Amino acid sequence: MTTSPEEHIIYDGRIKMPYTWAAGKTSSYFLTQLRDYGRLWGTRCPDCAMVYMPPRKNCPRCVVTDTTWVELPPRGVLETFTVVHFSEPSLQPMEPPYIYGIVRLDGADTGLTHLVSEIEPNRLRSGMRMEAAFKKLEQRRGEITDLLYFRPEGGGRQ
Amino acid sequence: MTDIAIVGAAQTPYQRCRDDANFAEMIYEVTCGALADAGLGISDIDNFITVSNDFWDGRTISSMAVQDACGSSFEGGRNVSTVEGDGTFGLLYGMMRILSGAYQTTLVVVHCKGSEGNMRQITNGMFDYIYTRPLGIEAIGAAALQARRYMDSYNITEEDFAHVSVKNRGNALRNPHAQLAAEMTVEEVMASKPIASPLKLHDLSPISDGAAAVILAHRNVADKLGRKPVWVKGIAHCSEAHFLGDRDLAEAPALRDASRRAYQMAGIKKPFAEIDVVELYDAFSYMEPLWLEELGFCPRGKGGELARLGATAFDGPVPVNPSGGVLSAHAVLVAGLARVIEAALQVRGEAGERQVEGPVEFALAHGINGPCGQSHCVVILGE
Repeated sequence: MTTSPEEHIIYDGRIKMPYTWAAGKTSSYFLTQLRDYGRLWGTRCPDCAMVYMPPRKNCPRCVVTDTTWVELPPRGVLETFTVVHFSEPSLQPMEPPYIYGIVRLDGADTGLTHLVSEIEPNRLRSGMRMEAAFKKLEQRRGEITDLLYFRPEGGGRQ
Repeated sequence: MTDIAIVGAAQTPYQRCRDDANFAEMIYEVTCGALADAGLGISDIDNFITVSNDFWDGRTISSMAVQDACGSSFEGGRNVSTVEGDGTFGLLYGMMRILSGAYQTTLVVVHCKGSEGNMRQITNGMFDYIYTRPLGIEAIGAAALQARRYMDSYNITEEDFAHVSVKNRGNALRNPHAQLAAEMTVEEVMASKPIASPLKLHDLSPISDGAAAVILAHRNVADKLGRKPVWVKGIAHCSEAHFLGDRDLAEAPALRDASRRAYQMAGIKKPFAEIDVVELYDAFSYMEPLWLEELGFCPRGKGGELARLGATAFDGPVPVNPSGGVLSAHAVLVAGLARVIEAALQVRGEAGERQVEGPVEFALAHGINGPCGQSHCVVILGE
């Protein structure tokens, strides 16, 4: 028997797994309206009247399906935020530091998690008014990132 | 009170990178440890639960890849079933299978190697693929949104959170299994590197490798085993909405509900007065006070005072995370079962240097899974 020095072999691997996820009817309507008109639609439950953003086929509380569409204005309130400082280029949509926030659109009962921009981080406050900035029509692809980010209402600054 | 007891337990030390062992070898380590602790042989176990996550293991059906290591694949194929989620959920499932009447004993094993994948990509994968994942947000960014919401709702400060890191990393000095143990100051935590505001480096738990195992037994056999049983007096598991924006992140109603159900089973009415030691899932410093509020240890919004005033200190009225908690070692999934093991050691009086003072009639252990504590399991242990 021959001997080897002790060594811990580390095996390098990578999983690359393509998927094609169906958005479903409800999200497909939301995404096409966002892409084609820059409009944001939520759903209202006929029983409890909760307005959900993002929209749902069924009310998660009442579990009824005959929800109705409600157009929501591209404006609302910043409920919370974070300034991201760490770097993960494989994942992040832009160079840090950048900002995530949860914005509750006027008339909605739930908040939408998204990016926040055009504001100095030290000016961020929970409760401040925000408005949506959209990509230009020709750049929109039916994705949540067609909504570019939220910025302070009335125009932010870079 | 339930008819189920913990009769054996083991955990690995937690390290940033266990490059000397693969998943199965870590499972074998804790399987042998738990059997030795219980004074049982593998043939005494008639049911097995493995807990794992395919993304962290980098394979599908990861739970079935550790069967050889935990001894469930021979003797005509002993019964094995699996859970993806926190180790505490595996504990609950193992109990349920015994209570079905089909089994007497159950070995619950859990493993995770945070070192082998990309933590940020993996935790981004827990979000929905249409609305949230394309934003690049992951566990830390989501937790930071919760920390900010909690602070703003109740005027809690970053210093309040820093006291938790100081306490738990200090407690970890007494725990030989801990990965991060240090005497720190609030100033050092406050001055640590910004990660995602308001969270800084020392508000975060580390990336860890580790495994843990627990052996459960029905009352019919638990009393006949050599090891003094630690009884599961109460247990409950609840979860809340998937979308972060559906929740008020300054609250954790699932934890509130789970704790009330577990307290009712255990006959606990005043948790602060009746529970002697708490081990909870503090993946981030802010989680400890928030979870303690929802567990009913203080009024809503007052969690920040607990660590600052020493109420949760090692020698305080209710020691919280005397092991150092998840802030000192965070093998994901494993960390909840580690809390159960730490609580069981406290009930036995075998926690060594980290044993709290006085008798432990009730110990509380807590596990979470999902962003910002989407689901919670509360376990009450006692003699």
